[in-house]
Amino acid sequence: MRNIFLFIRLYFNFIVLLLLQGFSIYLIVHYNTFHKAVFSGVMNEVTGKVNTEYNKVDYYFQLKKTNQQLAKDNERLRNQLKENFERPDTTTKIVSDSIPYDTLGNRRKWMYLSAKVVSNSVAAQNNFIVLGRGTGQQLKKDEGVVDPNNGVVGIITDVSENFAVVMSLLHKDSKISAKLKKGGDAGQVIWDGKDPNRLSLTDIRKSAKVARGDTVYTSGFTTTFPYGLMIGTIDEIIPDKSTNNYLIKLKSTVNFYNLQYVYAIENYQKEEINQLLKTANNKSNN
Amino acid sequence: MSTLIKNIVRFILLILVQVFVLDRVHVHFMVTPYIYFLFILWMPFKLGRTAQMLIAFALGFTLDSFRHNPGFHAAACVLIAYLRPFLINILIPQEGADSNYEEPSPKSMGGFMPYLFYAGVLTLVHHAWLFFLEALQFGNFWYFIIKTLLSTAISLLLIIIVELIFSRKQQFRTNTV
Repeated sequence: MRNIFLFIRLYFNFIVLLLLQGFSIYLIVHYNTFHKAVFSGVMNEVTGKVNTEYNKVDYYFQLKKTNQQLAKDNERLRNQLKENFERPDTTTKIVSDSIPYDTLGNRRKWMYLSAKVVSNSVAAQNNFIVLGRGTGQQLKKDEGVVDPNNGVVGIITDVSENFAVVMSLLHKDSKISAKLKKGGDAGQVIWDGKDPNRLSLTDIRKSAKVARGDTVYTSGFTTTFPYGLMIGTIDEIIPDKSTNNYLIKLKSTVNFYNLQYVYAIENYQKEEINQLLKTANNKSNN
Repeated sequence: MSTLIKNIVRFILLILVQVFVLDRVHVHFMVTPYIYFLFILWMPFKLGRTAQMLIAFALGFTLDSFRHNPGFHAAACVLIAYLRPFLINILIPQEGADSNYEEPSPKSMGGFMPYLFYAGVLTLVHHAWLFFLEALQFGNFWYFIIKTLLSTAISLLLIIIVELIFSRKQQFRTNTV
């Protein structure tokens, strides 16, 4: 027994080193569980407040660029106004309504909620974006996030009272279901951890027709993003020798370096779809 | 200014500079400049080794909180805090020099070269361990080695510049140990 105490005293610093290293690696590996417990509550609020103060200054210098982006966005939206379209029969009048059902019986599925980017990173291996809007302002977990020109930015992973953390496309766990505009082959968009603004598209068979400059869209297979939001354009096509797939490099639509305003997309039918999937899963298990 | 207050101010300033200046400078995706761990390099000689590691963990964890990615910088900081006393023992010029001065600096280490070696080794270890942990998740090791070397070079350059601009006046204390 005495020897054990002597051993601990002799190597006390080394043991502390091992313990702290172990704890750090535990944090890295069990990122999600720990993150939920501590970060989404206290730490997000604290770092969020500091970041907001900084952003007040930074925002001023980017006003010109932000303005251009919003003007472009406005142009796109104005072109979709009902007044721009004419019906051959003038006896009917279109009345828009704010309730979920419009007069044609369409149901609102997607809702865009604008949010200000409070902090953003591109240099790390796992990048996060913080939004200055949280549960108190209707943001929820697992919502998709796009920039003003409808390019995919990422997915919300944590929300606190006033802030939300978005896992950007530049993250090792980021996987977005995507489709080629030409041909319609579906694959997955991931990031290889190197160059920001360059993404990888995997799981595209070699028989698919791909060419440089082709557009890649969201597939709409998941409940996070609607169909047809732009992810990027094909920049380089590398045939993977070991498999039957291409490895495709994309140039991302979003410029991750200067995000100021983004939109979170809420899916009103998500609960219903998830419920349905759950029952289906239960049935197949029994 | 007392040592404690000086170090608290240093802690906050270095974290703020790292988060709001250096993390927003995008030189190249291969090069990530780091300066915040200068706090560990400048910690007083007198501090106990366990305390050094715990403070280093707190420093790394604070930076991790800003990046929403706990663990990486904390691990790297703890490692260099552990190695620091060994390096100081090798490099300190004469017996008792670490009690004559308060903290490591070119003057207390007996010249610029020993200090540069001290800073260089700790920077390299910090970057290597940090990028190694990150590379484990992606698994491209050539990329990891090149990134470590380039980032070490740029961080070391930053440290030298900081040393030249903010030269710390350290008085030689009497030898009444």
